[in-house]
Amino acid sequence: MYSKEDIFNKVSEQLKLSANADTKITADTNIAEQFALDSVKVLDLLMEIEDDFDVSVPLNLMADVQTVNELVEVIYKLELEK
Amino acid sequence: MSLFDKFSTFLEESEPLLSIKPDIFGTKIEKLYSSTEASIDGRKVLLAGTNNYLGLTFAPECIAAAHKAIDDEGTGTTGSRMANGNYDSHRALERELADFYNCATGIVFSTGYQANLGTISGLVGSGDVLLIDAHCHASIYDGCKLSGAEVIRFRHNDVADLDKRLNRLGDRARSTLIMVEGIYSMLGDTAPLAEITKCKEKYGSYLLIDEAHSLGVLGDTGQGLVEVAGVGDSVDFITGTFSKSLGSIGGYCVSNHQQLEVIRYLSRPYIFTASPSPSNIASARAALVLLKNGKALRERLWGHANKLYSHLLGLGLNLGPEPGPVISAQVDSEEEVLRIWSSLIEKGVYVNLIFPPASPQNKPLIRISVSAAHTEEQIDFICNRFSEIMS
Repeated sequence: MYSKEDIFNKVSEQLKLSANADTKITADTNIAEQFALDSVKVLDLLMEIEDDFDVSVPLNLMADVQTVNELVEVIYKLELEK
Repeated sequence: MSLFDKFSTFLEESEPLLSIKPDIFGTKIEKLYSSTEASIDGRKVLLAGTNNYLGLTFAPECIAAAHKAIDDEGTGTTGSRMANGNYDSHRALERELADFYNCATGIVFSTGYQANLGTISGLVGSGDVLLIDAHCHASIYDGCKLSGAEVIRFRHNDVADLDKRLNRLGDRARSTLIMVEGIYSMLGDTAPLAEITKCKEKYGSYLLIDEAHSLGVLGDTGQGLVEVAGVGDSVDFITGTFSKSLGSIGGYCVSNHQQLEVIRYLSRPYIFTASPSPSNIASARAALVLLKNGKALRERLWGHANKLYSHLLGLGLNLGPEPGPVISAQVDSEEEVLRIWSSLIEKGVYVNLIFPPASPQNKPLIRISVSAAHTEEQIDFICNRFSEIMS
């Protein structure tokens, strides 16, 4: 079982890799805006993160996700349901 | 904050592309000379971006059928299939499509977009799961959204990824509809359908294939990828469109599940729209006969596709993984893709221009589609213009 901190670290790592950026990432970082990612790029990034945690994140849940922290919360919840 | 503020942002960001002439997002066809030639921006051009794979838009049989339908039944039905828009010809085409695929039943929709929207949202609902290939068409994504079901993407054409995601679902895999396409509209590649079918059977899931671009193009009788893969009996639902190989407008879903009939009472995109016009149905029916017997057309189409694909590959273009009637070249920059597209128009060839996020992997595309109606000389003309531009 991953802690929220583990999930945050993994998400940050994938975000830096996908966006090819070395920006400081915080819980409030807006994923799409700060890294100029369009909706498809965010979904592709999500696939990499899903593999890290062996979960599938339904697109419906992504509609309310804007910040890194919101994504961490979604993955944490899916982890608990496993 | 006004209603239109977001438009200002969009227009500012898109200004460089919106100001290009001819309009890249709404190229005006000024005059049509045939299924392969037209006038754009005052210039006669060869059409190589039309989805008119079998070239049937000017087939005399289809034109005559459409004329007769207008004479007999008028220009439009003015109503829904559930009300006054359910004609004998709609039912006849549904029977003909079901027979064509050896299926128990079929439903006709007003467009191909609505066929996916209506089938998905009619079949699947809250509590069910939709597993879609990442490269699926917008109509599939929109159908998923309308359904209210849980939507999960799997990596494009990656059966191992599909298997992994079905496994994660546990018992819910049995109420999961997997969705793939015969030929993908952006890169022109085909789905590994036999493997996908085995995977769906392993988990007891359902499978829908959209044959929009593969109808008339693949298989001895033109059924599409289901015929080539030999899995027609195992695929649960087949959708498609009349607006490509059949040269009309409308869409369909066929199935061996009789329960498909129930969506006539549940599917909003089927119920709350006018039914296809009599002339659209009549030309689609005439075209379906030509398509079934169109082996020679398919051979001609594939000859053109293979020739053009080989030529463009030889020029160093970054093409999709396999030859086919949809040939797409991924281009590294917006400037370069615009240069190629504009140069082709100037030299008398019209192709499609597609930008991310509609195109995959964040790269713009030049998409060329060939037709059985093209002549050998016209294919040579396209090859030569590309050679000049890429040299």
